[in-house]
Amino acid sequence: MIDSAEATRLIYQHAGSATVIPTMTALRLWRALGLRLERDFPLVGAMGKASSLGLGVALAQPQHKVIILDGDGSLLNNLGTLVTIGNMSPPNLYHFVYQDGVYTTTGGQPIPGAHIVRFADMARAAGYRSAYDFSDLEAFASELPRILAQQGPVLVCLRVRHPPTLPPLAVGQIDRKKAIRQVRQTLTGRPA
Amino acid sequence: MVTTSGISADRVVEAFRQSGVTHIVWLPDSETGFLYEALVREKSLTLVPVAREGESMAVAAGLWMGGKVPLVLIQSTGFFESGDSIRGLVLDLDLPLVMCIGYRGYERTTPRTQRPDSAAVYLEPVLQAWGIPYYLVESDEDVGRIVQAFREAEQRQGPVAVLMCTEYTAARRRGNA
Repeated sequence: MIDSAEATRLIYQHAGSATVIPTMTALRLWRALGLRLERDFPLVGAMGKASSLGLGVALAQPQHKVIILDGDGSLLNNLGTLVTIGNMSPPNLYHFVYQDGVYTTTGGQPIPGAHIVRFADMARAAGYRSAYDFSDLEAFASELPRILAQQGPVLVCLRVRHPPTLPPLAVGQIDRKKAIRQVRQTLTGRPA
Repeated sequence: MVTTSGISADRVVEAFRQSGVTHIVWLPDSETGFLYEALVREKSLTLVPVAREGESMAVAAGLWMGGKVPLVLIQSTGFFESGDSIRGLVLDLDLPLVMCIGYRGYERTTPRTQRPDSAAVYLEPVLQAWGIPYYLVESDEDVGRIVQAFREAEQRQGPVAVLMCTEYTAARRRGNA
């Protein structure tokens, strides 16, 4: 199993100028590293929709990389998104799924099919250009630069366990109206 | 093309074009399905088909974040299905999004609460409860309301709905309404 904080740190190091859309537990880990206010949009308040929002950005800005940090419960909440993304096939979309098998935010209850579901297989069948399934941090670290250099859409499933103490989500501290307009300004060069 | 609904698809698409729409995020429905061929013909528009309507709000939010002008095109039933995405994204973020909604079961001459299709009973009250302004489009004469909806969404920095009432106009043509 991969330490989710370490995996997040690796993605953070390789994100470059990409727009990153983290949600749920991945958002906690990303924020702990420092939310890049001009580039990242924290998705809270619409469970499962991080990948859909990321698809919209990827279609609007085809020259710009978009990285989505999703959860397994979140993806199950909006599973049709795999087909929608596969159908539009944006080459600049990178979809990471943290698979811990539980609803971490609500106390660790198991997700449906926790020991059955294989998101990478689903993504391939839905039309993603490529998909990966990692349970070893070293293998992930070794492959990540190559993955982010290839054409999307790519799905990367990370079999993770979380640190004993997760950073707080602190939703109330995020001004999402301001955040979406800041990223829009960065992406378009137009005042919000 | 003028369909049995009495609304010209070309005029509707022209209203989208005039409003600067770049992307149509949609799931086809009975009330607006007649637009499909005209939408495909219009080269300035990109169609983004979704598997379920709730996705449409988030895809549109992302398109807007990326500087484009999306339009969501779904049926009223899909609008109900999209509830949490409308709340958590469109309303919470003050997105200037126009939603074009097929008004399933609309019957102008039947009191709203007595319409046989509950989709037509609850649509307007839900829009009102969420404070989303809306316009009815029943015929070609009303198509200008689409352009008005885009202006209003931009001015208020919030969503505006356009309700496509094609079932009523089709029935009227048949002499049933």
